[in-house]
Amino acid sequence: MSGGLAIGGRGSVQASRGLVRIWLPRLLRALLLVVLVSFLLSPQSFEPLLKPLVQPNAPAIYNQGSLLTITLLHLRTVAIATVAATVVAVLLAILVTRPFGAEFLPLSRSVVNVGQTFPPVAVLALAVPAVGFGEKPTLIALFLYGLLPIFENTLTALTQLPRPVMEAAKGSGMTPLQRLTKVELPLSLPVIVGGIRLSVVISLATATIGSTVAAKTLGEVIIAGLQSNNLAFVLQGGLIVGALAVLIYDGLGAVETVLARRAGLSSGR
Amino acid sequence: MSIRIDKLGVVIGLIALYGMLAAAFAVLKPNRILQGQAKSIVEALPGSIGWGLLLVLLACTVIAVLRVPLWFRLAAAVAALAALVIGIGYAAGALTPPGNSYARVSPAAGFWILVFAFALLAADAISRLQPPPWLRLVFLAVVAALVWSVFASGLWSGLSIMKEYSGRADVFWAEAAKHVTLAIGSLVAACVIGLPLGILCHRVPAMRAAVLNTLNLIQTIPSIALFGILIGPLAWIAVNVPGAAAVGIRGIGTAPAFVALFLYSLLPIVANTVVGLAGVPREANDAARGIGMTDGQRLLQIELPLAMPVILTGIRIVLVQNIGLATIAALIGGGGFGVFVFQGIGQTAMDLVLLGAVPTVALAFGSAVVLDALIQMSSRFPRKGQAA
Repeated sequence: MSGGLAIGGRGSVQASRGLVRIWLPRLLRALLLVVLVSFLLSPQSFEPLLKPLVQPNAPAIYNQGSLLTITLLHLRTVAIATVAATVVAVLLAILVTRPFGAEFLPLSRSVVNVGQTFPPVAVLALAVPAVGFGEKPTLIALFLYGLLPIFENTLTALTQLPRPVMEAAKGSGMTPLQRLTKVELPLSLPVIVGGIRLSVVISLATATIGSTVAAKTLGEVIIAGLQSNNLAFVLQGGLIVGALAVLIYDGLGAVETVLARRAGLSSGR
Repeated sequence: MSIRIDKLGVVIGLIALYGMLAAAFAVLKPNRILQGQAKSIVEALPGSIGWGLLLVLLACTVIAVLRVPLWFRLAAAVAALAALVIGIGYAAGALTPPGNSYARVSPAAGFWILVFAFALLAADAISRLQPPPWLRLVFLAVVAALVWSVFASGLWSGLSIMKEYSGRADVFWAEAAKHVTLAIGSLVAACVIGLPLGILCHRVPAMRAAVLNTLNLIQTIPSIALFGILIGPLAWIAVNVPGAAAVGIRGIGTAPAFVALFLYSLLPIVANTVVGLAGVPREANDAARGIGMTDGQRLLQIELPLAMPVILTGIRIVLVQNIGLATIAALIGGGGFGVFVFQGIGQTAMDLVLLGAVPTVALAFGSAVVLDALIQMSSRFPRKGQAA
């Protein structure tokens, strides 16, 4: 919910207020990005800030591995899971909206509903006996969680396309495949990206739980902090994930807006 | 009359056939941690019982593949699930060597695949039948009663998960109570604060963006970090605020878990209250003003009832999410079913993990069904009111 993208009003006072409303959030985000990157590249220079949070002789900066590497691994896990989830969710949504797959539509909706009731920890823990400890159970849990918002959004987009446009496409003699690739998917793209955006933010936070089954994610930093009663560790792990989530969420929000404008809709959903 | 094939049934049939013929039904392990021997249905169940179960499952699969009335399909799914539940119980008794108290029998992949296949069949039949909300609640109650009776009858007592349970029955129910208290208590607290906050945000647009953006930011902090971050402030409160420690506020344990769940719960409730109130038709408000209702009357008698389905949707999201998140509270000593999950992960005893995970999933699923039914009932309420 980036409220700062509203267009400024008329008149000089309103225009300058509009400028502030557009530029202030952007400035804040740029600042957040700069702080995040400099913290990851040189965590030691932030030590004085975190020092007051820990016991006198405890380390204030995570010391069992490079924060940058862990962050990149965290992002990699989320990226793999999200790409896989996007491909499967979009294909499934396309399938159940074709005449051939219409029989699967009611079930797919209820499976999506039921799937959301499975707690992430349970999915993680249940995946361990099947695939062992490490990154794999985390990928499975993130994949399953990522699937749901993307599927739901794609389904909504494909089933609520404007009827006149569809009729026009049919009338101009397009084959079903052409209609799908040239009309339906481009028009649905902003809403699909909205689903991906939601899914990424959920995955970024859920990936931290993966560290309870020995996956290399930022959860490792947080859990190390919980175990050694080190608030600085907990805070830096949590804030890196939070900052990543905010930046990626806003970034994808901007992509969504551009796509929506290109698709000729007034705004993304 | 020609035989017609159900496409979805074919998919379910293939999954079920794989589960019956290619995957193991049960695992016999020498003790609770070691790897075990996989057994197929016929190997796991003595003589004719194994073949009988296979026949029942095959018959139900055929019904799934053919296009038959929906009630018939639902009955077939329920019959197959019941046969599986009874079958796995017998398998545990039959496989465990007599007098061996270390050996463990657990359901294997085939059992879960079969359960999944027939649960899909049941879900499909139910979603196509579109039963009214009260009937769905009856379904849920019947299923819960059946599971409870199997549980009480001791049919499953040979299974590894029940052996894990019988060793810690007291702890199990204590943790269950803690889990439910955490999930529902934080929901109630979030409603008490969130509903007025949502109403305020609706009436005062200037507040809306600020409140919703703040709550959005809280959602981006991963749960385990938020649990950890709250330890510090709560420990400080416990030491420095008189009476705080007496009511149970402590740095670790239930208090930070409760506060964290409460903070996560606020966004869906406030946001849905705002959206629900914004969706109240202008005409309804104008009419209410026209007949001289005060602001308070309008809120209680017009706006809130009309916004109720959307608000209840927010409550559904929160409850299901809280039941899941409460498992993580175990990491900071907050208790709940997560205790068994994390103990199980630590000991690589997967049946102990199941003992924590299965009730959590059942609880989340049950509350989702109940709240979905309530949402559907409440969205009818205004129409009925008009007719009366």
